Amino acid sequence: MVRFENVGLRYGMGPEILKDLSFEIPPHSLQFLTGPSGAGKTTLLRLILLTLRPTRGLITLFGSDTARLDKDGVTALRRKVGVVFQDFRLLDHLTTYENVALPLRVLGRDEASYRPEVIELLKWVGLGDRMHVQPAILSGGEKQRAAIARATISRPELLLADEPTGNVDPSLARRLLRLFAEMNRSGTSVVIATHDFGLMDQADARRLVLAEGRLHVYD
Amino acid sequence: MLGVWYSRKGGCMSMTEASIAAGNQRGRLFPWRRDLGTPLLPESSIAGRSLVIVIVIMAFLASITAGTVQLIAEASASWTSSIGREMTIQVRPRGGRDIEADLRRASDIARRTPGIADVRIYSKSEAEKLLEPWLGSGVTLTELPVPRLIVLRLSAGEVLDATRLRAELGVVPTASLDDHRQWLMRLSTMANTLVLVGLVLLALVLTAMALAVAFATRGAMAGNREIIDVLHLVGAEDRFIAREFQRHFLWLGLRGGGIGGALAVLAFATASFLATRWVATPGGDQVEALFGAFSLGWRGYASIVVIALLVAIITAVISRATVFRNLRGLD
Repeated sequence: MVRFENVGLRYGMGPEILKDLSFEIPPHSLQFLTGPSGAGKTTLLRLILLTLRPTRGLITLFGSDTARLDKDGVTALRRKVGVVFQDFRLLDHLTTYENVALPLRVLGRDEASYRPEVIELLKWVGLGDRMHVQPAILSGGEKQRAAIARATISRPELLLADEPTGNVDPSLARRLLRLFAEMNRSGTSVVIATHDFGLMDQADARRLVLAEGRLHVYD
Repeated sequence: MLGVWYSRKGGCMSMTEASIAAGNQRGRLFPWRRDLGTPLLPESSIAGRSLVIVIVIMAFLASITAGTVQLIAEASASWTSSIGREMTIQVRPRGGRDIEADLRRASDIARRTPGIADVRIYSKSEAEKLLEPWLGSGVTLTELPVPRLIVLRLSAGEVLDATRLRAELGVVPTASLDDHRQWLMRLSTMANTLVLVGLVLLALVLTAMALAVAFATRGAMAGNREIIDVLHLVGAEDRFIAREFQRHFLWLGLRGGGIGGALAVLAFATASFLATRWVATPGGDQVEALFGAFSLGWRGYASIVVIALLVAIITAVISRATVFRNLRGLD
């Protein structure tokens, strides 16, 4: 599904911040991406999301060499990937419902066709009574859940979550982890970037550990 | 658990669904915005009011220019047709010849010629009156050799063979036929030049408006960069994003074009009303001579409607093209 071969990244003429990354994310897999703050977890997720290009190496996504993709090809691949951003990146002028429905709206689907599933998901993440409010009046935890709902609504083949439990209490963190595990069981590959060892201990999943620009995989 | 949320609920619409559906009632009030939901670009993030004012001014100027061009074209057609319906035989006085006899012979020839509906000899006093604007009214012209005119009104149904008439008038050596061709050419050239100038002005105004829209679009894109990024990341294609901008700017263009066009119609209606009030004054006579009643025909009003629509279309197309170009730049 995702394959990195000798991937390196440097910004400008600076030192390589990611060095010789070679790993694979198999279909239907669940893994944690961990490492100290500043190790490059978010950067690695951005490479998978194609918002950054490597300075060397080969990245293959869903069987396509990403270096050869045109813009439409990038868009097609992004539609298979759901992403939960660390800073949520909800659109402030849209309601929670509209934010969560956004990936379906950009696909050109009729609003009536996705309304029930968006409402169902919002209820499931505990935002059933907050769907008509804008993000400005949501708490950090509520924004987090809305961001997760937006990332999962289109049932992506790959889910990237950047510190998805950073703003929620332990009980909700467990619930969200159950959601990710549930998605994984239904066929989605999940990558959860976190440095919360408590969270990682709750799931039996492989760990990708980034340290000093290099990646170590613990199956 | 996921199956619950993935599966579609059947049966009646829940209260939540009903409230969301109610939120989309706007689509019923404004059919062109149906099923669009909240615009993905916040209205406040685009300098809408300033741009609408710019578009109103440009649409007004473009409509005034188009209307004026139409007015000139119609007036020119009217002058051409009224002058083209007449010809003149000029009989010059010459020593040893009886000018009255020459006038009669020339008018007889004209009357016999097919294609001429009416022949009228200008009397000596009428001929002298024609010279008054240049020589003044107190001058005695009795001793001056004033040429005389025969005015020929052409019939609508038949075509006059001017060459044949000119040849037949050869028996009257002092007579010459003036078919006003030179005047017609001058009028036509002048009118065509004015129309061309008007069209160039129209093109300049529309170009300036297109550039203003392009700048406004770039500003709107810069202000909405975060939204564009998010849309890209959730899988939006460039054409989806461009369509969002285009929809927004088309609406601004329709508002601006409509208001500008309406103001232009109002301006022409006011000018026409004032022209009818001033018709008895010397200035009013001049205006009437040039532009008739100074009122636009249906073609003039149609051209204003076309300009208003064109303004809206240009606004939408330019914003779309600008968005595409800038999105390519983001790569």
